[in-house]
Amino acid sequence: MFIDFFYLIRSKGLKVSINEWMTLIEALDKGLCRSSLVDFYYLCRAVVVKSEADFDKFDIAFAEFFDGVETADDIPDEVWKWLDEEIRPAEFIDALRQRFPQYELDELMKMLEERLQEQTEAHMGGNYWVGTGGTSVFGHNGYNPAGIRVGGESRHRSAVKVAGERNFRDFRQDNILDTRQFQMAFRKLRQFSSRVDAERTELDVEATVQETCDNAGLLSLVFEKPRQNTVKVLLLFDSDGSMTPYSHMCSMLFQAADKSNHFKDLKTYYFHNCIYDHLYETPNCRWGDWIDTNWVFRNLSSEYKVIIVGDASMAPSELMSRGGSNYYSHWNEEPGIEWLSKFKRHFDHVVWLNPIKQEYWEYDYGCFTIDRIGNLFPMYELTIDGLENAIKKLLVAR
Amino acid sequence: MSKNKMKDISNFKGSSSYVVSRELMNSVNVAVALQKPLLIKGEPGTGKTMLAEAIAESMDKELIIWNIKSTTKAQEGLYVYDTVQRLYDSQFGEGDVSDIKKYIKLGKLGEAFTSEKQVVMLIDEIDKADLEFPNDLLWELDKMEFHIPETKETISAKQRPIVIITSNAEKELPDAFLRRCIFHYIEFPDAEKMEEIVRVHYPDIESKLLAAAMEAFYWIRDLKDVQKKPSTSELLDWLQALTLSGISVDRITTEIPFLGVLLKKNQDLDTIFDVKSRKGNTNGSYNNSGYRWR
Repeated sequence: MFIDFFYLIRSKGLKVSINEWMTLIEALDKGLCRSSLVDFYYLCRAVVVKSEADFDKFDIAFAEFFDGVETADDIPDEVWKWLDEEIRPAEFIDALRQRFPQYELDELMKMLEERLQEQTEAHMGGNYWVGTGGTSVFGHNGYNPAGIRVGGESRHRSAVKVAGERNFRDFRQDNILDTRQFQMAFRKLRQFSSRVDAERTELDVEATVQETCDNAGLLSLVFEKPRQNTVKVLLLFDSDGSMTPYSHMCSMLFQAADKSNHFKDLKTYYFHNCIYDHLYETPNCRWGDWIDTNWVFRNLSSEYKVIIVGDASMAPSELMSRGGSNYYSHWNEEPGIEWLSKFKRHFDHVVWLNPIKQEYWEYDYGCFTIDRIGNLFPMYELTIDGLENAIKKLLVAR
Repeated sequence: MSKNKMKDISNFKGSSSYVVSRELMNSVNVAVALQKPLLIKGEPGTGKTMLAEAIAESMDKELIIWNIKSTTKAQEGLYVYDTVQRLYDSQFGEGDVSDIKKYIKLGKLGEAFTSEKQVVMLIDEIDKADLEFPNDLLWELDKMEFHIPETKETISAKQRPIVIITSNAEKELPDAFLRRCIFHYIEFPDAEKMEEIVRVHYPDIESKLLAAAMEAFYWIRDLKDVQKKPSTSELLDWLQALTLSGISVDRITTEIPFLGVLLKKNQDLDTIFDVKSRKGNTNGSYNNSGYRWR
């Protein structure tokens, strides 16, 4: 039942497992959705979707799958008008309930589609056509227990409509969000270890018990080193003019990283468009206010996790040619791409965060250099999702 | 049988002190019927914790609350074996040290399992704990039992508790854990629902005062620059402050008294003062959108 729907929501990127699907079937079996599509929508969402960030994906899938049941587009305006007509009060037909077969939902949907094609006029009180007050399986205020409500009272909160409203668009994780969320993302960048240089401050209960027993019952306390994060981070920001539109976002990222006091070490440097012989210590990239890039290679071990933030957009010559640096007529002996390759060779984990939306990477002004740099480093969008993926990449073995 | 089930699932309809949306009601009943934990997320102050109280109240069951802190370990919820006490006792010769049972203290989850009647178990703010915490509870929540190796005892639930778990979404919860839950996200209530909620708490509140306060409240929430948006619980506090002070209704929208009750961040207070002073010279007249200083 609804197997197609299962695969549709999976194809929308929701990680639905068979377990959850079986739970849903069990719920349907217990009659928890009371033959109402709206209830089915909420039931399905509660069981299948586990984060408000995914509600939107679910809404899209649901609207797509159940499209044709209740969407205004597919039901001609006249039909809506017939359904808006008032109907006489229901003073009869309770017994009729039993006479109608309990249709399956997909069966009903097919019937509705066919019926709508056949129907040409308004209907009230009949037992076949879409209309009000009747016993047909379609329509509202009617008596068919297995029917699909077409419009009517629930029109404002009909399941497909609810799904169609996409109220949860804001929670999609590909949105650009505030520092707190960046911070939360950075928190995942951690690798705990108790093999660090630290005071032995934590009581090791197991060892204490053992030791005490060995000590003929005289209490002997054993301490161990606390678990600590061992991650060291090297953060490199592009502070070129083309980055100005994204400066707010970059500063949020910087603040988030800076506030994340759980790193063992955090070093931040700036560069101008592309990395050459020098890395600057301030975002202004002033002449002389720099360290040698080679100093970084000499002094920072390869276990530093490197995050480079930049739009990766520049003239091809800036990346590919000797002397390509366009800054203060600074002559670089080695092309930018060579410097970047050195980073890749020296550090085990390097990722590139790009504030330009991924969908524009292929068309943007810098598409050539974005492509080249993207071949060198895994490149992610500067969004919560992108940062999280980047951090996952930083944590796994290369 | 099936009739019984139907009774089960339509059990929860909100309580006298808790206004519940239809969707939330459905989720609760689905979780109860399927015997799965219900995971509740939502903005702070939307009544996640109160939900468990309301469920317990309306179903007439005992509520057991397990508050999670950043240092909480899963084991603490099951049982704690007080080895140190036992050690000391043995050294000073107090009590019967060979009776290990005496040194096993059941945690909140253990308490819920051993209860004779079905209870409502609230695991509050599960996301505060370590990343591994939810995974450590998978088996216990699934099978509703755990084993105590020290006494070779298995504690299994006499009556499957109704488990409600709340999360502030500070951490992502592990997939394996999520797969076992029914999920519900509490949306921020719209004005209509909010009025209903307020009326539940303050049945005799003056309509004019409420209308003015709500207007100001939603105006503040809609301001882009406000970082920590005021929530339901703050509105309720604010209303109480307004009622107690007996401030006149006009002044609520023009001055927004007791702003500190609604906003907790310095920057946010500054933002409001800024906006107010900027618009102050437009004679405080309402513009099209119905707000004074827009």
